[in-house]
Amino acid sequence: MDFIRQFWVVTIKDLRAEFRTKEALNASLAFALVILVLFSFAFDAADLEQNAMNEISGGLLWIAFAFAGTLVLNRSFVRELPNDCLDGLVAAPISRSALFLGKAIANFALVLAVELVSLPVFGIFYHVRWARQFPELMLVLVLGTWGVTIIGTMTSALTVNIKLREVMLPMLTYPILVPALMSAMQLTTRLMAGDAIDADTGLWLKMLIGFDVIYTAVSLLLIEVVLIG
Amino acid sequence: MGKEAIYGAGAVSAVLLGWGGATMLRLPAGDASILVAKIVFFYAPAAFAAVLAAAVSLAASVLFLRTKELRYDALAVSATEAGLIFLAVNLVTGCIWGHARRGLWWTWDPAISSALVCGLVYASYLMLRRAVEEPTQCASFSAVWSIFCFLDCPIAIAAVYRWRGQHPHPALWAGVPSGWLAALAWNTAGMLAMGVAIVLLRMRQEAVERELDSLRRTVHVI
Repeated sequence: MDFIRQFWVVTIKDLRAEFRTKEALNASLAFALVILVLFSFAFDAADLEQNAMNEISGGLLWIAFAFAGTLVLNRSFVRELPNDCLDGLVAAPISRSALFLGKAIANFALVLAVELVSLPVFGIFYHVRWARQFPELMLVLVLGTWGVTIIGTMTSALTVNIKLREVMLPMLTYPILVPALMSAMQLTTRLMAGDAIDADTGLWLKMLIGFDVIYTAVSLLLIEVVLIG
Repeated sequence: MGKEAIYGAGAVSAVLLGWGGATMLRLPAGDASILVAKIVFFYAPAAFAAVLAAAVSLAASVLFLRTKELRYDALAVSATEAGLIFLAVNLVTGCIWGHARRGLWWTWDPAISSALVCGLVYASYLMLRRAVEEPTQCASFSAVWSIFCFLDCPIAIAAVYRWRGQHPHPALWAGVPSGWLAALAWNTAGMLAMGVAIVLLRMRQEAVERELDSLRRTVHVI
């Protein structure tokens, strides 16, 4: 019970700090919209057949989500640097995994919020009927976002005190995210085309769940080393 | 570990791989399907060696986190670098094979792409090492990241066996002439000996580097 209360305090603290300044949220949202607009120059959306658009929609969305998410994740631990807040947090009488989980959940909520705004915008811009399999799509969105957040929060903790911080975070995050992003892209594309989850797509779902479970467990186990050394 | 071990492992690897290469050249040319099957001589041993290197760096990273002894960190980085070399050998020979077989240098096949992703993931490990200055912190951060990186390997291995794509299933090697399998084993041993030589050499370098660093610090204090 203590553990739940501990990480919840950290989550609420992070969300409150973020909503007071909105620095990461605004930047991330604006960036997501810019990427969505840029896609229209990568291919001629007016000429593209609807089938072709459906084929690439999952990929486009998750590229936008992953890039925009980095802006939120980059701030996660950096926000604690002024006034030595990070030292205070690490010294607090809570387990480091509770601290990490609290931060991860706060990041998750922020990244998910950006995604939930971008999704209808994407649908309107590119004439994609995205809500045909709504509950399944939300499940994929939640699982994929958790994968992005758990890796991103870990790399945020790893890179907070090193040089080239802003360069290193995407360098570390994207390669390791490939299995999760790949699964999420495949699933999103199928679900947006209106297909239900069958045996074939079920395999991608299993991979996504496996990714989330394994990396969450390993992160909680190893965060102690990263924060304390 | 002295220079003798490095030279010894290097010599063993040179003899074994040289012999393997010579065996490959002496084999009858046969038809086209046999010709392209010659891929198994260097391609497959490099893949085995790369997987083994990943396992060694995982073990070394876990051992470092347990004991905090920097020599395990040196082993982890040496094994990772050796593994990346083997992966590069594997991917490049695979590209040559693909070109001979289908006229394409690269295909987005699950097995090939996941091997490439694995390489990129381990490249991020080497990048991380360069970015952290303090030696102990660098060692523990990279040990954590090495464990993260290793979790990508099972996907790359499973992709070869279970994911249907352009990459031939290893079971197809049952069709490889039986005389070749001995040469395959020799070449694998040769690759592993080369790996040992590279790892020993790099560990020596790491040890020297650490000594230099501590000397520099001492001078700085004085």
